[in-house]
Amino acid sequence: MNYLFEIERTEIMKVQQYYNASSLEEAYQMLLLSNKNMIIAGGAWLKLSVKSVDTLLGLEHLGLDEIVENKAQIEIGSMVPLRQIETNPALIELASGILPFAIHNVMGVPIRNVATLGGTVMGKYGFSDILTALLVMNARLVFYHLGEVSLEEHLNSSRKDKDILLKIIIPKSKMSGFFKKVAITALDFAIINVALSYSSDKIMISVGARPALASLAKEAMAYFNSQSNITDDVIETCANIVINELSFGSNSRSSAEYRKNLAKVYISRGLKEVTSYEN
Amino acid sequence: MKINLVINNIKKEFNVDPSEYLLDTLRNNHYLSVKRGCDSTSCGVCTVLLDGKPVPSCSILSVRATGHEITTVEGIQKEAEKLSGYFGLEGADQCGYCNPSMALAVYALKNELENPTDDQIREYLVGNLCRCTGYVSQHKAIKKYLGDKA
Amino acid sequence: MKVVNQKLPSIDGKGLMMGRPAYTDDLAEKNSLIVKVLRSPYAYAKIKSIDTSKAKHLEGIELVLTYQDFKRIPYTRAGQGYPEPSPHDKFILDEFVRYIGDEVCAVAGHTNEICEEALSLIEVEYEVLEPVLDFEKAMNHKSIIHPEPEIHEMFPIGFEPLKNIAASYQMNVGDVSKSLKESEVTIEQSFYTQAQSHAMLEPHTVNARIDFQNRLVLYSATQTPFHVRRIISQTLEIPLSKIRVIKPRVGGGFGGKQAIHGEMLVSFVTLKTGKPSKMVYTRKEVFESAYTRHPMRIDLKLGAMKDGTLKAIDCYILSDTGAYGEHALTVFMVAGSKVLPLYNKVDSVRFHGHVVYTNHTSAGAFRGYGAIQGNFALESAIDMLCHKLKMDPIYFRQKNMILEGETSPIFSIMGEGTEGTAMNMESCKLDFCVKRGMELINWKNKYPNIQLSPSKVKAVGMAIAMQGSGIPYIDMGSATLKLNDDGFYNLLIGATDIGQGSDTILAQIAAEELQTTLDKIIVYSSDTDLTPFDTGAYASSTTYVSGNAVLLAAKKMKNSLFVEASRILKTSKEEILFDGEIFQDQVSLRKISFKELSNQITYNEDQKQLMVTSSYVGHKSPPPFMAGFIEINVDNQTGEVEICNYVSVVDCGTTINPKLARGQVEGGIVQGLGMAMYEDVKSTSKGKLITNDFLTYKIPTRLEIKHLTTEFADSYEESGPFGAKSVGEIGIDTPPAALANALYNALGIRITSLPITPEIILKKIQEKELLNNEK
Repeated sequence: MNYLFEIERTEIMKVQQYYNASSLEEAYQMLLLSNKNMIIAGGAWLKLSVKSVDTLLGLEHLGLDEIVENKAQIEIGSMVPLRQIETNPALIELASGILPFAIHNVMGVPIRNVATLGGTVMGKYGFSDILTALLVMNARLVFYHLGEVSLEEHLNSSRKDKDILLKIIIPKSKMSGFFKKVAITALDFAIINVALSYSSDKIMISVGARPALASLAKEAMAYFNSQSNITDDVIETCANIVINELSFGSNSRSSAEYRKNLAKVYISRGLKEVTSYEN
Repeated sequence: MKINLVINNIKKEFNVDPSEYLLDTLRNNHYLSVKRGCDSTSCGVCTVLLDGKPVPSCSILSVRATGHEITTVEGIQKEAEKLSGYFGLEGADQCGYCNPSMALAVYALKNELENPTDDQIREYLVGNLCRCTGYVSQHKAIKKYLGDKA
Repeated sequence: MKVVNQKLPSIDGKGLMMGRPAYTDDLAEKNSLIVKVLRSPYAYAKIKSIDTSKAKHLEGIELVLTYQDFKRIPYTRAGQGYPEPSPHDKFILDEFVRYIGDEVCAVAGHTNEICEEALSLIEVEYEVLEPVLDFEKAMNHKSIIHPEPEIHEMFPIGFEPLKNIAASYQMNVGDVSKSLKESEVTIEQSFYTQAQSHAMLEPHTVNARIDFQNRLVLYSATQTPFHVRRIISQTLEIPLSKIRVIKPRVGGGFGGKQAIHGEMLVSFVTLKTGKPSKMVYTRKEVFESAYTRHPMRIDLKLGAMKDGTLKAIDCYILSDTGAYGEHALTVFMVAGSKVLPLYNKVDSVRFHGHVVYTNHTSAGAFRGYGAIQGNFALESAIDMLCHKLKMDPIYFRQKNMILEGETSPIFSIMGEGTEGTAMNMESCKLDFCVKRGMELINWKNKYPNIQLSPSKVKAVGMAIAMQGSGIPYIDMGSATLKLNDDGFYNLLIGATDIGQGSDTILAQIAAEELQTTLDKIIVYSSDTDLTPFDTGAYASSTTYVSGNAVLLAAKKMKNSLFVEASRILKTSKEEILFDGEIFQDQVSLRKISFKELSNQITYNEDQKQLMVTSSYVGHKSPPPFMAGFIEINVDNQTGEVEICNYVSVVDCGTTINPKLARGQVEGGIVQGLGMAMYEDVKSTSKGKLITNDFLTYKIPTRLEIKHLTTEFADSYEESGPFGAKSVGEIGIDTPPAALANALYNALGIRITSLPITPEIILKKIQEKELLNNEK
């Protein structure tokens, strides 16, 4: 588990050199060369997590900083700053705009001009709001070496082999979405975050910052999707399944109990909202 | 490592350590309007504009800023003066430590958002903390500045 | 009035926004040595050995300092009147370390990186001692935090270090047990408040150099430059005359800079090496190694008659001063002395308690200075009593609270560390503040609550508060006015502008009396060589105490002008009329302009420099008062609270500058809301602060605070400059109690410890539901 506030911050970070790679292959080879070589994405949290680096590899000139919209999907380069995603019209339209909305809640604009989606995905930060939203959008990742993999698989894998994330692909399915972050103040990390999407009678639910990394609530999804009618009971049962199937922990920010309470309330509210359910 | 920056429209060349952050490079070279507040990307007082966009200079390695345009409040003196007029009218300036960064952030907001709502203004500036004013007087001053098309 | 009570922009706002170098670190000498401190990883330990040899030999390191480099002179970092009511219980460096973050040793080197490397090369062997982390178990704990024999109190403050007691006090009005017995309704409750952090945006910053006269010159982000000079002189044994302390612009203080932080070390380094040096605290150091607010447990018993007559207040306070006893006694006493007189008609009051040492970051001065802690407890308890009495809490307050012309025996009993000063409330518009606040928040229609939806409730809550205006017979302010040719003045003041705008309002006072405009008063403040003495920016003293000094100086200057004008116009002073520009003899109708006069006495005839100095010591401390009303929406399924509005109606006498006064109130309100709702302080079981940066310690942002409604009562304090009282602290006091009361009004839950987080609210809601279900 990796939650920022429990990382002992390094007072001094030492980087031996910075190198802007001229090709992906070059970057990949340098990465393989040493365990002390690493890729820098936006670098927003660099000093909070890194102590000593030989070569810090920049991917600035490799064309990874564009959002490309196709008929079926939106492809977001790994080096696209969060702010650019937040203001992208196609993404604002998609799934009730939950991705821009989740990003919008991340710290302030200056950081979002720096931090990238690639950094977020590779950081696998437990507190991440963005990963929670991406999960219910069926996001897929494209790596230089590994090729394409689902975000869910990436988050669940403990794969340590070195690779370079190239882009994040989001299918353009017609869906309604819901996202909620609960935090102490607007600049705080989430105590819990909840994302839902609803498309062709299929629900997806993910919960993050539990404080563990975001995860889909598959049993709850299966239960909900097997019901022919939506009722108050179904909604309540579904929310209960979520809090039973996912792990909720305590830390200095919140107790597990409170996290469960919040998850339950906001899953219920989210289910009602995305399905336009009215009692 | 050698880096080239354009700071407030003037070309500059600096020799920096690869571990050095833009905040230190700027302050070491006498751009003293850029302040240090938190060391953790969370208070906003080190904000500068990088190619016109507000960024936290405490968290950008100087080597990565090479080739880019940096604006400090010295680069937008007229706008800062105008904004300070509204701050003065509303009693929105107290210690002033965060004000150069506020001026830059508000200036960027003005260029980026057309007729922003109250909440859009707050959301854009939420990363710029103020411990003195209680925010409401600042908000009034900023709205008046944004409404001043002169 | 033409300048006073006018909404003028602050005199430094424009220059600061335009980024002119003005703060301490902007003014450090280039190539200053960097001073860095190795800090204790243990909450309580004795240093068995320190090996600094590797660090000393590192290239670029000039000096490594351990406790062995200093003469053993105990002092207090608290910048207070001398002799201080704080115990002298701290050494510059010591062989004991008393909290995680305490100073072990210091290095001075050429760059930050070299210093950090040097710190990592220092080998320290500790004997780890059992820390005292729970302040309720500190008294008579088997670990004694201050066993050293040299430490002492400056006058009796109830100092018993062998029992871990930094200070204690007791006072009685009437017979509280008898009054409680006679009361028809009583309540009893303990309240807890946390160690709030000041979180000013400019970290503690100081730099030093030796000037061409071989004197030590410090630039310091301090609230008390004159106290800094004295404390350095006493502790490093350098003559006062060899030290100059300059306070440049300061990026916020709120009490946190009413102390010595890096000053001692940079002074020593610069004296030892002859080289300039500087220290800028990291944000982590600001949180861990500077100051916090004193956490307290406040045990209250209240008694009243069924008709709502308050009979008794019995208050015991246990206060946690952390590792050192800075402001220990005085903050604790203010929790009584600036809260209890609100209910002056009560028969009996007992106030007593202890301030204990623990192995946490030291507590110190913080805006409110005890009053916010006491206010949270008493104003919550008053509402609890009212609910038991089934009485409207506003009616109860109106019946029992202090009114204009009245007094309280507590004023004469309790001062700050000493006896108090009797005074009548010559100005007290608390009754108006309450009435107007009810109107502004629409109490009639919103109290106690409105159900907005099945999960959302709107509610209101309120509290009243008082503070002070300086410390009578202790705080001294002074001002010098110098007339220049061309007709403008220099105003030299010791008063310390830390962002609150005191330079501006003091210039307004001078300009008003001298019948000129603000631009004709050039202010220079807080330089121990050049400005007259002032105790500094604390205890809500500046407007009232320093303001009175400025007014006296201006009157003196005006008299000098009249003397000169009468000489030039060959008439008597009494015959002269002055309209701000022209002096005219009413008899001969001869006249001379102010500008001509100032030129003439500079260059032409009977030349002289007009320069006057006045000082002022308060003989009382007229309290500002306020009523605070909060409107909230609460989600009863999640405990989340949205602040809809906070109404403040304040009586601070005349507002010298209504916009800046509003800034003081609103800034205080928001810090108070921070303490009430967001600013949680958490430590590990070993005593390490977890909430040590802005990622973990959450101060309010502009998205939490959208509406504040602030008004001032029409009030005039005869003893204040142009009728003014001080306004620096009063804003912070009411939010915790107002919020707690609003939550009761919303949901029937009573929360008695701070901060009131959504998690705690929800827990209380669930407890109440459980209780209801059992019934």
